[in-house]
Amino acid sequence: MKAIQAVNDFVIRFANVNGTGSASANNLFAKAVFRMGIPVSPKNIFPSNIQGLPTWYEVRVSEKGYLGSRGGVDFMVAINPQSMAEDVASLEPGGYFFYDNTKPLDLRYHRSDINYIGIPLTDICRREYTDPRQRQLFKNVIYVGALSALLDLEFNVLKELIGEQFKGKEKLVAPNIHALELGYQYASENFKCPLGIRLERRDNVGDRILMEGNAAVGLGAVYGGATVAAWYPITPSTSVVEAFDKYANRLRIDPGSGDKKFAIAQAEDELAAMGMVVGAAWNGARAFTATSGPGVSLMSEFLGLAYFAEVPVVLVDVQRAGPSTGMPTRTQQSDLFAAAYASHGDTKHVLLFPSTPKECFDMGAQSFELADQLQTPIILMTDLDLGMNDNMSEPLEWDDSKAYDRGKVFNAEQLESMKERFGRYLDIDDDGICYRTYPGTHPEKGAFFTRGTSRDEYAIYTESGDVYVRNMERLLKKFETAKNYVPAPEFFPAKEATRDGVIFFGTSTASSLEALDQLAEEGVHIDGMRVRAFPFNREVEDFVEQHDRVFVVEQNRDGQLRKMLIIECDIDPKKLPSVRYYGGMPITAREIRRQIHQLRGGATVTKIRRKVG
Amino acid sequence: MTYIRPNFRHPELAANELGYVRKDYEGALSTLCAGCGHDSISAAIIQACFELAIPPHQVAKISGIGCSSKTPTYFLGKSHGFNSVHGRMPSVATGANLANRDLVYIGVSGDGDSASIGFGQFAHVNRRNLNMLYIVENNGCYGLTKGQDSATADIGSASKKGTPNPYEPIDLCTMALQLGATFVGRSFSGDKEQLVPLIKAALSHRGFAFLDVISPCVTFNNNPKSTKGYEHVREHLAATGTVDFVPVRQEITADFAPGFSQEVTLHDGSVIHLHKQQEGIEVNDRDAALQAIRDHKAEGQILTGLLYVEPDDADFHELQGTVSTPLRDLDTMDLCPGSRALEAINSNLR
Repeated sequence: MKAIQAVNDFVIRFANVNGTGSASANNLFAKAVFRMGIPVSPKNIFPSNIQGLPTWYEVRVSEKGYLGSRGGVDFMVAINPQSMAEDVASLEPGGYFFYDNTKPLDLRYHRSDINYIGIPLTDICRREYTDPRQRQLFKNVIYVGALSALLDLEFNVLKELIGEQFKGKEKLVAPNIHALELGYQYASENFKCPLGIRLERRDNVGDRILMEGNAAVGLGAVYGGATVAAWYPITPSTSVVEAFDKYANRLRIDPGSGDKKFAIAQAEDELAAMGMVVGAAWNGARAFTATSGPGVSLMSEFLGLAYFAEVPVVLVDVQRAGPSTGMPTRTQQSDLFAAAYASHGDTKHVLLFPSTPKECFDMGAQSFELADQLQTPIILMTDLDLGMNDNMSEPLEWDDSKAYDRGKVFNAEQLESMKERFGRYLDIDDDGICYRTYPGTHPEKGAFFTRGTSRDEYAIYTESGDVYVRNMERLLKKFETAKNYVPAPEFFPAKEATRDGVIFFGTSTASSLEALDQLAEEGVHIDGMRVRAFPFNREVEDFVEQHDRVFVVEQNRDGQLRKMLIIECDIDPKKLPSVRYYGGMPITAREIRRQIHQLRGGATVTKIRRKVG
Repeated sequence: MTYIRPNFRHPELAANELGYVRKDYEGALSTLCAGCGHDSISAAIIQACFELAIPPHQVAKISGIGCSSKTPTYFLGKSHGFNSVHGRMPSVATGANLANRDLVYIGVSGDGDSASIGFGQFAHVNRRNLNMLYIVENNGCYGLTKGQDSATADIGSASKKGTPNPYEPIDLCTMALQLGATFVGRSFSGDKEQLVPLIKAALSHRGFAFLDVISPCVTFNNNPKSTKGYEHVREHLAATGTVDFVPVRQEITADFAPGFSQEVTLHDGSVIHLHKQQEGIEVNDRDAALQAIRDHKAEGQILTGLLYVEPDDADFHELQGTVSTPLRDLDTMDLCPGSRALEAINSNLR
């Protein structure tokens, strides 16, 4: 029978029941591969549930460093009877099906084109352990031990990781290593190890790190000087503020008093969370909240206020599949419209699109700088795939010579020496950005009334149409100015000159770049551009102009980025064919390549025509 | 009404101990209807801040939307103000307070703003014991949209349109008592003698001070069948007692008649001296306060005065454990952990 032969290039999937402790064993596996110098991309595929439902953990191993979802499974670790039918079916021909053969496998799960590896996990546990909880937990460690033999995962690396994991709880080291050995021993005695699919140490990781995007955003907020975080828990954003809490408790405690140089308020809902951020930012603190699509809907009211009253707030939107409650534990890039144009009336917001944990960290910190500089909401658009999975990334860096730029703020001395009347909304520098004052700055000067109603340059209420329009036009000018402040796009030129381009952003990046490599191998050359912010910089417009056709890759139904490009840059829609996948799993290179082929050639597409009667 | 206010002030106008005169605490000219109760409340706030000698710029005024929420423009013109969105003043005040614990926070809201659209936020700001004065200017109706009943309108009360309100009212003092406010009082916009010392005490209280001030809407809800009109309220008032507020720096000179007297020392050392009308009202007993409100209501009376105070509960900053320096005054040196700490984090992620 055919068996997949692959070294350092395969997809392994673990099928578990959530709440059984499988997560840490699966992490152990991924981290061990990573420690062997081989790039990995682990993904959690979990239900909106705490205990008892199927959950999967998928690790793409790719020595070439392709980190996007590949599609298909080469090796299945099938621990969950509930999902077994689905798990058998998802294996590629020639793949390996690892299962617990304590009881014979149901005949329905037999396929003639895959390889079965039965290991009596339950039996081994029953023999070794009396405590039912131990039986369940160690079962996970045992299968990792077995994989060590089957795939040539270095046993010493596993031991080393166990040692690190239980640092301070040394009592737990020996039993875990024993469990690993049980699996290892059984597999090496009963199978020809390693299998055709296996690992081999490389040096392809360098100094890179494995980190969840949400943790990186939370840490970025610590470095970016956020002192107030207000939030309401929602998947998949919850771990952003939890990470801020964790890191701030480690890095932001006043050594003398033990007091906190930050505050975290768990609000009653997302409206209040954003309200607190608005209040704190108005009063001179750097403040942020994190949420997902449903929260963005609720925060829209305050985003409109912050836009119009020009309050520098930061919002992290960890996107999930919408609309409404949608698929809360699946990924999408579908909040672009909701975020870019949040709230009633003419509003536009600055969006940032990170694609790696390093960028989550950098942009997490930069958001506060931009918010202060532009005095407007900055929305960091990440998603479940980036936020809740360990993503391989360049290491985090910080320039210690950098001091925070709080933007245009008059202090007491400046107000004191001021001869003319202070006007909060006077466009002194002709860039649309005005000077503000913090409450309590000066006894006589600089006080003003912040409001969501129309006002003149001195913040006095007005219903004059001319004054209102003048203000709205200035806000538009400020949005133009923002193009010079937001991160520039990243350009990926094709190896050969081409009239075709492709635009992608955020978590569509890795798969898009892989698809470009695949297409190039087939002789199809396309220039790539990764958009990193909205408003779109001049370079993005130039890129579209310099190509005859630009594919736009994104993970939503309506081609939201494409439509924003059409509207904001006044581009002919025909010039921008849309490549989309929005099923809730990360977009794959296979899918992007398939759709680009289809859109280019059209040869494989048969148009359905109604018969003429 | 006139739109011109004379600039003339008597040269020997009394100044407070910081040298400010009352005018320094005034704001822009009110655009509310002549005779609106809200303007009396603004005047009481001005008087209280003047007498307490609070530096005007050290106050932050925050409001939601509605007639009441417009009023921060009409007092303390040297303070920053924030007229935010409908029903959301509590969250804005919470964030502002977290950013700078050193300012005095005055939140102004209305019955629509607090008892309907912002009821959730009202509830939760009580729970946090946020250090602020929260005033509801309560007229039982929606003035800016021309007089619809609000959630504080009493059953049977009829506004100008004449239809009696069939729904159970929300009593905000009762809610505040149940939700953990550490200072609760009720007053009437027409009773300056009571209102000014209550505001002074509330401003001096460390923690969440809630004042529900009945403030008749002269245009839409001041008719004989309304329970929030001037006539009805004047006829049905019952006070817990008279309140004298003695600031921390002042010697207690007032001569209180023997009887049902109680003194409460606030966190800053100032003293509230309460001369009670009757026995049985204890200002540090939530249940007794709730019972007293209910009993008076059963008699058709509106109980006003100081209802409850607990001066020593931890406020939101204490609960959070934040540093004494205002968070907004911390700079890069205080806040940024730097590259060395980051390198340690990197190595843990390899």
